[in-house]
Amino acid sequence: MATLTLRNLVKAYGKTEVLHSINLDIANGEFVVFVGPSGCGKSTTLRMIAGLEEVTSGEILIGDRVVNHLEPKARNIAMVFQNYAIYPHLSVRKNIGFGLRTSKMAKADKEKRIEEVAAILSMTEYLDRKPAQLSGGQRQRVAIGRAMVRDPSVFLFDEPLSNLDAQLRTQMRLEIKKLHQRVGTTIVFVTHDQVEAMTMADRIVIMKDGHIQQIGTPAEVFHKPANTFVAQFIGAPSMNMLDARWQGGALHLAGQALPAKLSLPDDTALTVGIRPDDLLVSPGPGVFSGTVSVLEPLGTQTLVYVDIGGREVIAQASGRTPPQLGAHVTLAADLDNMHLFDSTGKAIA
Amino acid sequence: MSDTQIKASADALMRQRSTYKPPRDPVQIIRWTLLAMGAIVMVMPIVYMLSASIKYPHEMFDLNIIPREPTFENYIYVLADGRFIQWFINSLIIATVTTISAVFFDALVGYTLCKFRFRGRYFIFIAILSTLMIPTEMLILPWYMMSLHFGWLNSYWGIMFPGLMTAFGTFLMKQFFETVPDDFLEAARIDGLNEFQIWWSVAMPLVTPALSALAIFIFLGNWTAFIWPLIVTTDSALYTLPVGLTTFSVEQSVQWELIMTGAALATIPTLMVFLLFQRYIIRGVAMAGLKG
Repeated sequence: MATLTLRNLVKAYGKTEVLHSINLDIANGEFVVFVGPSGCGKSTTLRMIAGLEEVTSGEILIGDRVVNHLEPKARNIAMVFQNYAIYPHLSVRKNIGFGLRTSKMAKADKEKRIEEVAAILSMTEYLDRKPAQLSGGQRQRVAIGRAMVRDPSVFLFDEPLSNLDAQLRTQMRLEIKKLHQRVGTTIVFVTHDQVEAMTMADRIVIMKDGHIQQIGTPAEVFHKPANTFVAQFIGAPSMNMLDARWQGGALHLAGQALPAKLSLPDDTALTVGIRPDDLLVSPGPGVFSGTVSVLEPLGTQTLVYVDIGGREVIAQASGRTPPQLGAHVTLAADLDNMHLFDSTGKAIA
Repeated sequence: MSDTQIKASADALMRQRSTYKPPRDPVQIIRWTLLAMGAIVMVMPIVYMLSASIKYPHEMFDLNIIPREPTFENYIYVLADGRFIQWFINSLIIATVTTISAVFFDALVGYTLCKFRFRGRYFIFIAILSTLMIPTEMLILPWYMMSLHFGWLNSYWGIMFPGLMTAFGTFLMKQFFETVPDDFLEAARIDGLNEFQIWWSVAMPLVTPALSALAIFIFLGNWTAFIWPLIVTTDSALYTLPVGLTTFSVEQSVQWELIMTGAALATIPTLMVFLLFQRYIIRGVAMAGLKG
């Protein structure tokens, strides 16, 4: 186990800078998830930590040792790849033991270690099978086993669940989380799936265009998003964003003046964010009213797409008594849970 | 329904089934006819070679496939003649060493050109490829001059050196290594293997089909090579089989039955090589370790 520090980390390909001064401190044993859309630089950061990409400038420290110029093998890290990357010509036993090939351990100790890891991953009975004889989830477990066997300081996971079906992904998510609780090794996990990030991470690093947008616990990034990007990226369905104006001591939103306590200059343009969970179809009076354009039943709730004066918002209704398509509905909003952003998209505290 | 009735109706059903013939598809008939014709064209020379190898000289130019008086005397004569065994061994050594060397170096260079980024990589690849455009006949003179100056005439090395690495093999292996995902190599790099170990123990097993195909091509090419071994050797003890077999034809006559017997014996190693490697060619191992 070790801490991991990124200091002013920059990556450029020729003159194109793709990562811009990344700073991050990861505590010993912490589970950190990098999340962001494709091309945001999360995998590049991970590959730089692994030593598979050169660092243009800045420093990477594992423990208190700068590892910028160390070979991947000298960094004492292990990585699980999106495509598993387990060797098809080797048995599960040899795949798991592959990381010990260069180790100076005695052969009996190596075998013992392989058996231990296989037992942790419930793969003991498959040790003599070839990867082609395993399911997707089992192959991913072999890949994790190969990473575990060396007892590395840091585990790196590069979108390891992307190729699994929804059910298996949920199961593996749980298994990885349990594994972390059991072995306690520092983990850096890259994903583009915000649900994975929210469910697994101790802290989430949200990235966009090579910049860190926010670092925080799942609760922090959900309840206190730093900007409109984070607000919309985290949470499903996405947060509703509405244009508003602070004028005459009231918040003018969707044609209504709502009372609010804000210390802003008069006539300030704002963006108001309301999560669909906080915008409910109400039988009584509400903040907005409009026509139901689409219904998405989810079982316990129904997502209701409502057209409010040419702007579509997502609200929630009971799964048992959803409104009719085309019906006129009023939407009640919990204004205390509203998120306010300035004209640059930055959150207003 | 009684047991007897059930049995009777089952029998009737079986009879119906056995007499049923699906309608013949004309396209299928044409396809099979063309394939059969192609097969006959391919197989006939081999059949005639085997037939001629068990004929007496006076029957040689009869076109009958089964000889009137079949004999194995030709085989006894050829095998008892020490020269044939010597040529066979020469061919075996030369084809085996050349195949091992060419497969090793072609795969090594192909992998390097495919998986490493370095200045001049593209230029080197084009330079290697461009040698494919030069006919062997044009290379024989420079090869001969080299052999003469370095003292390689009448030696195994002299026969083997032009084939120890091939441009075609390098090209083939480079293309095949493109199908090996970098994740495999990076995983091995993180696991602590050096670059040679990654090539040998991770990348090479993933391209077994290509290696097998290349090994067959190179072995057959060297086994049947004629012009260069003929030119570089004058000592009959160093002849390869194709060169040696020509000595069965003398100025006044050609001993076809002996040539055919030698040729029949010479096909045995090529058949063995093919049978040994062909199962690897059809086995696609590269993708099995990736997402399912």
